[in-house]
Amino acid sequence: MSWRISPLGDRALVAELAAGAADESWVQVGAAAQWLRQAKVPWMIDLIPAYTTVTIVYDPVRVWQALASNNGMTIYEKASKTVEELLASTAVGLRQVVEHIHVPVCYGGEYGPDLEESAERSGVSADAFVEVHSSAEYTVALVGFVPGFPYLAGLPPQLAQPRRVNPRARVPAGTVAIGGGQTGIYPLEVPGGWQLIGRTPLRLFDAARPEPALLRAGDRIRFFPISEEQFRTMEAEVAGNAGDRSREKTRTGRIVSER
Amino acid sequence: MSLIVHKPGLYSTIQDRGRNGHRTAGLTGGGAMDDYALRVANLLVGNEEGEAGLELTLTGPVLQAEADLLIAVTGADMAPHIDGHELAMWRPVFVPTGATIRFGGARLGCRAYVAVAGGIGTAAALGSRSTDARARLGGIDGRPLRAGDAVPCGIAAGAVAPSPWATAWLSALAKRSSADAAEGGGRPPAWAAWYAPPQAYGGASEAGIELRVMPGSEHGQFSEAARAAFYSGRYRVQAASDRMGVRLEGSPPLARIARNELLSHGIVPGVIQVPDGGQPIILAADCQTTGGYPKLAHVAAVDMPLLAQAKPGDWITFRPIGLDEAQRLYLSTEQAIRALEWAIRCRAARDRY
Repeated sequence: MSWRISPLGDRALVAELAAGAADESWVQVGAAAQWLRQAKVPWMIDLIPAYTTVTIVYDPVRVWQALASNNGMTIYEKASKTVEELLASTAVGLRQVVEHIHVPVCYGGEYGPDLEESAERSGVSADAFVEVHSSAEYTVALVGFVPGFPYLAGLPPQLAQPRRVNPRARVPAGTVAIGGGQTGIYPLEVPGGWQLIGRTPLRLFDAARPEPALLRAGDRIRFFPISEEQFRTMEAEVAGNAGDRSREKTRTGRIVSER
Repeated sequence: MSLIVHKPGLYSTIQDRGRNGHRTAGLTGGGAMDDYALRVANLLVGNEEGEAGLELTLTGPVLQAEADLLIAVTGADMAPHIDGHELAMWRPVFVPTGATIRFGGARLGCRAYVAVAGGIGTAAALGSRSTDARARLGGIDGRPLRAGDAVPCGIAAGAVAPSPWATAWLSALAKRSSADAAEGGGRPPAWAAWYAPPQAYGGASEAGIELRVMPGSEHGQFSEAARAAFYSGRYRVQAASDRMGVRLEGSPPLARIARNELLSHGIVPGVIQVPDGGQPIILAADCQTTGGYPKLAHVAAVDMPLLAQAKPGDWITFRPIGLDEAQRLYLSTEQAIRALEWAIRCRAARDRY
């Protein structure tokens, strides 16, 4: 695996996975971000994994302090060299834990007001639409836009939907939606222009958890349909688990980890 | 013991130096837009430089002190007054119990900062007290201040124990204030005779604010004419600017030669992105963590405080510098802040009031 490193201003740099290195670059990128995080380099302030890149935010002062014995190098040279070496040392490390998370979804009805129309556009029945959506496997390509929002790659092409001409002013938290060739889950109540097909009782974002986002770049996702009654039961159960990411996933998300 | 908010001002928030370690989850870094002004305000009241303070935008609030407080006001000049006395900025100020602190509109600059000895005692969320209004985190209920809010602060209700010199100053200035009190009247505010050098904000002038910039990742994808226009032209700050980004308008629109869409990638404050319309946006403290617009240039970190003080209608120009030079400037600014910290401590210890 080869990475190209370039600056993003004077306090961040970008490591980009060489083109064609992998079909699903985001799996590698998610793993690389996890690896860099585990390295606990004191001047690395934060990481942003997204599709083919990991952006590393750093503190130039602390890099400079680490440079004391390394005359002749600039701050950026030191930072990029360290990142390059860390990424090169991950040949083994990159096979990190991949989490498989099963996400319960109550499709259609008030939870997924755009399901019927979306199915019509795809030329199938609503049941068939749900069947296809819940049998595919997805990968989190990035978490962004709003805190905890996962962009999921792997949507079967026949389910792709245009964005709404007039975005909704409020999309409820937990709503599963499709925008273009991607599917995603709204973690908070925010305005949104995607087509809404269902809702999960899981909490995608909870600031009370040490790791507030439920999903990470590189995680594998499957959806499974639940009834409205099951939705309400799980919702109550999730509320009781507030603050515990792993329990939430284990109890209602049926998480499986593998190396 | 708090500062009671009688009028909230246009957009007043609690900010520290930001929230790190959660960009992976899509949480913005946030923090004070003018990080320099917040740090100096904290140093002037004996706090650690990264404590939370108030960030006031364009029109400031009306606040009332429920206890004797030692505060410092830095950043934009919003003509602050304490009970009718003009408040001196960039220095430690004693505010007597019950006094009203009134801010007006920004005469120079865009954002003012208020630090209080002892800090602000709101709960930290994910390692920071900064208000993130989109994620509804930090500050008071993750939102800007409202009339009726009580901001816990000061020696009794703040987040930290104030430094010994700040405590000594608070009681010394309180004593002077009592001595100065008119017969039967209230205690007036009192302040130090010395001050930290104020920042100069030149946005309203014809010459505008000059920001030093490095080439962005997609610099080469813009036409030569576009790049020349960017470095030689003037840009005007638009009203739609906020903590997420400062929107600019200048002519002509900046044309990009390459037409390929970019995959979403990480972005940080300082990025100058150019959407299809050709008018640049400079990303600021609360920017999203990812974006997809081409990046023409990047504002040097040392100049971000100047950007924070650019208000709608102000003019901005750009001057190219190299990455190495930008990082050297960053280091020397950090060294200057350390020197200022020592100067404040020595002065405060010497002049015991």
